[in-house]
Amino acid sequence: MAFAAFSSTSVVAEPAPRKKSRIALFLLLPGILYLVLFFLTPLVSLVLTSLQAPREFGDIGQYDYAFNWQNYVQVVDAYWPHILRSFGYALAATVFALAFSYPLAYFIGVKARRWPLLQSLMLVLVIAPFFISFLLRTLAWKQLLSDESFVITSLKALSLMAPDAHFTGTPAAVIFGLTYNFIPFMTLPLFTTLERLDTRYLEAGSDLYASPFQVFRKVTIPLSMPGIVAGTLLTFIPAAGDYVNASRDFLGGADTQMIGNVIEANFLVLQNYPAAAALSIILMAVILVIVGVYVKRSGTEELL
Amino acid sequence: MSGEGQAGTVVAGLFETENAETARGSRAPLPRPRRWSPSSWILPAYAILAFIFLLIPIAYTFIFSFNDSLKSNISWRGFTFDKWLNVCAVQNGAVCEAFANSIVIGVVATVVATILGTMIAIAIVRYRFRARSGISLLLFLPMATPEVVLGAGLAAQFLAFGVPKDMLTIILAHTMFCISFVVVTVKARVASLDPALEEAGRDLYGSPTQVFLRVTFPLLLPGIIAAALLSFALSFDDFIITNFNSGSVMTFPKYIYISASRGIPAEANVIASAVFLFAIALVLVAQISQAARRRKLAKQG
Repeated sequence: MAFAAFSSTSVVAEPAPRKKSRIALFLLLPGILYLVLFFLTPLVSLVLTSLQAPREFGDIGQYDYAFNWQNYVQVVDAYWPHILRSFGYALAATVFALAFSYPLAYFIGVKARRWPLLQSLMLVLVIAPFFISFLLRTLAWKQLLSDESFVITSLKALSLMAPDAHFTGTPAAVIFGLTYNFIPFMTLPLFTTLERLDTRYLEAGSDLYASPFQVFRKVTIPLSMPGIVAGTLLTFIPAAGDYVNASRDFLGGADTQMIGNVIEANFLVLQNYPAAAALSIILMAVILVIVGVYVKRSGTEELL
Repeated sequence: MSGEGQAGTVVAGLFETENAETARGSRAPLPRPRRWSPSSWILPAYAILAFIFLLIPIAYTFIFSFNDSLKSNISWRGFTFDKWLNVCAVQNGAVCEAFANSIVIGVVATVVATILGTMIAIAIVRYRFRARSGISLLLFLPMATPEVVLGAGLAAQFLAFGVPKDMLTIILAHTMFCISFVVVTVKARVASLDPALEEAGRDLYGSPTQVFLRVTFPLLLPGIIAAALLSFALSFDDFIITNFNSGSVMTFPKYIYISASRGIPAEANVIASAVFLFAIALVLVAQISQAARRRKLAKQG
């Protein structure tokens, strides 16, 4: 994945080692130092915070450094439904986004190849949602799918939905919102691999009497695997950590709260920093494990 | 993740005024034309429906920017241009203040991230150095970490060092997550640069500084501009990381989040729609000028 892109580089210039390495150091140092200061050490701070213990006789929000690993036991005990729910919702949203995006990306990347301008314009449409506020987009869906909305009242009139049923505030609504919001992250990487798909392989497949479905399953899917892996990760990771869609003011309800909502509430409202930090570390650790296993399983290690 | 890299490159490619081809890789051969069959309409029809679905909330936001609403903007009360003409009138200009903050934060974070990221991208493509894989990992991880973890981590850090949260902490946070995206975007451009051009500059007795300023930099510029636009877009729309590091400072997304419970004024729709139209116009101009250029080159050569 990205770091394939980073490490596989052709070094063009012939080395004049000492002077060159000084220039490289000058170029790298500020940015790398910045990331160490504002990305790496915050992760260390997060680990330290997650092990803090409440200060004796202290106020709310006052903690001392300790080795209070009990925090982890407590948060898992208290919030395991939220943790499971986050990954469940994220998984569902990823599957739906893949099902939605694959045909779309295939159309843009393969079928529309002979019209480059049309292809570019369709890509603009795919990323158009990026240009309007993420939160307003989600609120728009909330209004469009509220109990009084045209869609829901019609569904009820057609008896496709129980008269007292709601859509907003349900898990389905949160999964819907997550799917919608991360579709461009799925479509773009799929497009970049499908754009390079050599259709002569597909023709070879059908010349060998494979049915269209067999060609798709045995040729198209394996050839587009890098895009599928990248797209699913790009959807799954932010979806698992999202707390806007699941928030009560947006598409969620009381029993759709995700791990992100709990982290936000503990950090910003309850000032229970150790709990928020422990949950963040759990979220990150689970995601890294899932990413590792998934990339290994799908046979795309070379991407890493 | 190259996926993220790829996605970034595509987004960037849309902004580039020339040569997006090199960023997106060489073109695969065209599919063999087929005879018309009823099933050949399925995919285009699906694509049209998919685009309509993607655009529905945008259309909704745009339409409701013309709503003659009172406090909240939920039901349609009639058409008016008022909200577009008096954007800042509502709540003593709270929406405009949040918007202005978002612009300032976006600009500063973009400038810093673009400079730092471009330097790293040049170093990574052009030089060999030790700890290469470590540096690659350090650049990759911020893109693979959920935003809530990035936000909480920085907030924990600021808390530990007693740094008060204000505009500066938001800028520091935004710069951090933009750097990796800049590196990925600019790197594609550096890698596609023909070293012979710089060599020619040196052969003509250009000093290293002259070669950089007159040859390398202008050639990299489209990639750098694309990276800057991408960073600005990321910063401008960021809510999750901002929410953890903003203290009482309002940004445009944060304003919407906080107002969501009591109703968003139509003025917020006005600002979001205006930003949307501006961005789309920018991308379309870039796309069309690129197509025109391609046609011209095809004619000449």
